[in-house]
Amino acid sequence: MKRRIRILIAKPGLDGHDRGAKFVARSLRDAGAEIIYTGIRQTPEAIAAAAVQEDVDFLGLSCLSGAHNRLFPEVVKLVRELGGQDIVVFGGGVIPKRDWPGLNEAGIRFIFGPGTPMSDVIAVIRENAPADAELAP
Amino acid sequence: MQPDPEMLVRGIRDRNQQAVARAISIIADRRPGWESLLDAVGKEPRTATFIGITGAPGSGKSTLADAITSFYRAGNRRVGIVAVDPSSPFSGGAILGDRLRMQDHAGDPDVFIRSMASRGRLGGLAPATAETAAILAMAGYDPVIIETVGVGQSEVDVMSVADVVLMVLVPGNGDSIQALKAGVMEIGDLFVLNQADRPGSDRLLAEVNAALRLSGDEDCLSRVFQTVATEGRGVPEVATGIDAFLGSLQSDAEKAASRRERQFLRLVNLAVHDMTDEAFEAYRKSGCAPTEGGTSWSEAVRVATGFLDWLRTRPN
Ligand SMILES: Nc1nc2c(ncn2[C@@H]2O[C@H](COP(=O)(O)OP(=O)(O)O)[C@@H](O)[C@H]2O)c(=O)[nH]1
Ligand SMILES: [Mg+2]
Repeated sequence: MKRRIRILIAKPGLDGHDRGAKFVARSLRDAGAEIIYTGIRQTPEAIAAAAVQEDVDFLGLSCLSGAHNRLFPEVVKLVRELGGQDIVVFGGGVIPKRDWPGLNEAGIRFIFGPGTPMSDVIAVIRENAPADAELAP
Repeated sequence: MQPDPEMLVRGIRDRNQQAVARAISIIADRRPGWESLLDAVGKEPRTATFIGITGAPGSGKSTLADAITSFYRAGNRRVGIVAVDPSSPFSGGAILGDRLRMQDHAGDPDVFIRSMASRGRLGGLAPATAETAAILAMAGYDPVIIETVGVGQSEVDVMSVADVVLMVLVPGNGDSIQALKAGVMEIGDLFVLNQADRPGSDRLLAEVNAALRLSGDEDCLSRVFQTVATEGRGVPEVATGIDAFLGSLQSDAEKAASRRERQFLRLVNLAVHDMTDEAFEAYRKSGCAPTEGGTSWSEAVRVATGFLDWLRTRPN
C-alpha cells in the first residue's frame, strides 16, 4: 500500500483572507491527501521551516497581495537551504501570466491562475507525486 | 533510494531538521529501512520529558501547547511538539491545522513541530506518535509535547506514551461535565481548566475538585489549574505542577524502568496492530466474513468475535 501524499498549504505575506487557500486545502483532503494548514500572514522563514519539519511532498503557496514575485522565490530559496531538496512548490492566487516564467525560473514548478478547476490541480499533484505516494486509491 | 539508517541517526543527533523530519516519515510510513531505524531509536536511553495534552476539540490544546512552549523557550529549552488530528473516514485524507495556533514559534529552529493524521487509529494518537516523540527526544528536544486528536471519550493511548498527561477542560462545555462522569478523568494526571476568562470557570473548578475528592484524592488542589492559554495566564503554574508531579513520582531509576516498560508495550501494540490488520484482511478475503451487517456496536462485536473464532480455527 502506498503512503498518502503530504502537502503544506501556506499563505506568505500580508493579505487578509484565506478562503481560496482553505478551499484548496479541503479539496485536496477530499482527494485523499494529508494537508498541513498554517493560516494567513506567514513569513517565508516560517513557511520554509514548516515545510521541512513536516517533510511534505508539495508546498502550495497562495498570494493575493501582489508580492508573489518577492515572496515565492524567497520561500523556495529557504526551503532548499534547509534541505528540502525534493519538495515540489506550486503557486496560486492572483498572479499575472507575465510573471509566470520568472516564477518557474525561481523554482515554482506550477502556477494555477484564478479559476483553475480543482481537477487540474489534483491531476498535477497525482502526476508529480513521489513513486511511493498517492492520493486516495 | 534506500536511506542509510546510520547516516540518518547521525543527522538526528546533529539536529539536522531535514534528517529528523525524514526519519519521522520513514517510521510513520513504514518506508524501506524503517525497522533498523526504529531499532536505533529504541536503543537510545530517553531522558526527555513527554507531556501529553488531551481534551475536547476547541478546548485549547494547541493554544496551550503553544503557551507552554513559550514558557520553556524563555528558559532556553528546545521544545518538540507532535500534534495529531483526525483522518477523514471518507477519503483517508486529513487537514492538520494545529500549527495555526502555534505561530509564535514558526521558524524558531529550537522548536520542532510535527503534525500527524490519526490514520484510522482510535486511541487519540497516530500509529507512530510515540516513535515520533522519541526521534524528537533523540534530536535534543526536551520536553516533547504530544497533542491528542481530541475526539471521543477514550483517548487512552497518550497515557502509555506521556510521562504526564494534561487534561484540558473548559467551562460551559457538556463534554467536560461528561468527562467528569464517565471516568475519563483517569486519563489526566493534571487538570487544566482553560478559557478561565469565560464565565463558569470557577464553577467548573469546584466541580472538578469535587469529582477528584470523590475519587479519593485529598490533595487535588495541586493537580488542578486555571489557565487562559491565549494570554499565557496560569501557564507557569502548570509547568511547576508538571515538575512537582514528575518529582513526586519516583526515583530516576524507577522512571526509566517504567519508561522502558511502556516503550515495550507500545512496540508490542504496534506489532499487534499490524498483524491484526493483515489477518483481518485475510479474513475478509477468505469468504468466511459476513459481507453485510448493520452499523451498531453489537453488530461490530459480533463480526469481531467471528473473526477471532476464524483465527483460532484457521489451518496453520
Ligand atoms: N477565550 C479563550 N479562548 C481560547 C483560550 N484558549 C484557546 N482559545 C481559543 O479556542 C479556540 C480553539 O483553540 P485550539 O487551541 O485550536 O483548540 P484545540 O482544538 O483543543 O487544539 C481558538 O479560537 C483559540 O483562540 C482561552 O484561554 N480563552
Ligand atoms: Mg488542536
